[in-house]
Amino acid sequence: MAASDADRSGARPWLLMSPALAAVFLLLAVPVCFIAVYSFWLRTAVGTEQVGFYLDNWIEVLTDPFYRDILIQTLRIAAVSTVLCILLGYVPAYFIARSATRYKTLLILLLMLPFWISYIIRTMSWINILGVSGALNVFLLWLGVISKPLEILYNEGTVVLGLVHFLLPFMILNIYVSLDGIDVNLVDAARSLGCTGWQAFLEVTLPLSLPGLAAGCLLCFVLGAGTYITPMILGGPRDAMFANLVFDAIITQLDWPLGSALSLALLVILGSVVLVYNRFVGIGQLAKSFR
Amino acid sequence: MTGLGRIVTGWSLIRAFTVLVYLFMFLPVAVVVLLAFNANQFGSFPMEGISIRWFVELWNNEAIVRAFKTSMLLGSLTALVSATMGVLASLALVRYDFRGKGLITTALVAPILVPEVVLAVALLLFLRWLEMPKSFPLLMLGHVIFTLPFVLLIVQARLVAVRREYEEAALSLGANPVQTFRDVTLPLIMPAVFAGIIFAFTISFDDVTGTLFWKPGGVETVPTQIFAMLRNSISPEINALGAVMVVITVAVPLLGAALARRMAAALR
Repeated sequence: MAASDADRSGARPWLLMSPALAAVFLLLAVPVCFIAVYSFWLRTAVGTEQVGFYLDNWIEVLTDPFYRDILIQTLRIAAVSTVLCILLGYVPAYFIARSATRYKTLLILLLMLPFWISYIIRTMSWINILGVSGALNVFLLWLGVISKPLEILYNEGTVVLGLVHFLLPFMILNIYVSLDGIDVNLVDAARSLGCTGWQAFLEVTLPLSLPGLAAGCLLCFVLGAGTYITPMILGGPRDAMFANLVFDAIITQLDWPLGSALSLALLVILGSVVLVYNRFVGIGQLAKSFR
Repeated sequence: MTGLGRIVTGWSLIRAFTVLVYLFMFLPVAVVVLLAFNANQFGSFPMEGISIRWFVELWNNEAIVRAFKTSMLLGSLTALVSATMGVLASLALVRYDFRGKGLITTALVAPILVPEVVLAVALLLFLRWLEMPKSFPLLMLGHVIFTLPFVLLIVQARLVAVRREYEEAALSLGANPVQTFRDVTLPLIMPAVFAGIIFAFTISFDDVTGTLFWKPGGVETVPTQIFAMLRNSISPEINALGAVMVVITVAVPLLGAALARRMAAALR
């Protein structure tokens, strides 16, 4: 029945998909190819582009230590944020998965809220807390612990803090989805065979939750490494990330060919992370959070 | 007895840690909302009383009101276009068999996997090559491309759960495919379509990464307006605007969820 259906309506699925496919093709696939082409062009002194095949942009991006250092800094910030998300996120995910149904719904609803609360508001909220006249300084001054406000904002630490605050719900949600799918009988079986609670966790629960943990890590790392807003709001002048270079090249300096080479480099680096993930875990795991 | 005691403390430690993490997620936002009602003219601590003067100033600030209207329009149009494309594509992917399905699914979800900055640069370059100026419709199309995968994933998940027998019954009773979709399939997947629309709206309403690249000169959305205001200094007006944003981006999905539940209940 299904097969004959498919035979009779050969063109119909393509018709149904055509708007979405056209959008992805015209607005994503073709433009990404354009980045590749543009990255070999050259910006002239008068600000126009020289069409051709020049390797200058790529040589600059691949050999200039300035770009290399920022790339390393970007990967470091993203990696540290991801690890912090694991450390902060696993326990709450476990708590949600194992709590009574009544609380579970509320906890999940609360977990979804940050997704809805504006990213830029959540990021800038830290200025109210850590700024010179922020809550923390005012409180410490009032306590008399310090005599003048601490300058704790606008450094790599606050960029990581902002990213963790932004990314943590993604991590918790993905770990939770994995933990929730584990058959509780497996843990009980391990316990009845003599495992302690901790052993049962290490031998049964933790390994079974790894796919969700991996999906959470992928999201946190890729989203974290691709941001330029957080460093612009919470970072100092030396805390630029790779996407800031792209923004500067395109929007500030209007150097389109260099911006193309930089964004293609970012795409290749983060794309290979996605490919490695897909090889070992599978993209399908990500979709589970939507169910 | 000691074993029981250990389990209880272990679990309460887990609970305490969870409470702290939730506080970490919500406290900063609560501070924004609190400071929005600050009577102090610098918008900082210590609070000097409760006042709504910053909300009044927001209302009188023409640039902010304009940004707000732009964001509402942009979010609504993005959600409608994205949902239409997403529903049609989900139907094709779930209800039909054809060659290359896996590849197409990946292609349609790809915009989530490409860093938004790269997406933004790519589209901008393409427009530049076409010699098209930045414009509002193009900004909207940009938003459509990165909200589409979310709609698709949500609707697809629901459609898989809708049994084919309902559609087959309608078809065998003489309904044509369009009627079957309108009278049988669409009502059954409506909660998911609705969720997709809300999701797309909030993502679009909140976006700043792509919008900063795509917005035509002079056009500001609420997030880019906040971003521009942050460049000067943090003012109580930003906190008030933040409070309004929080209320909208939280109230819309909550209302949506309540409506979707009602719709689902009506179907049963």
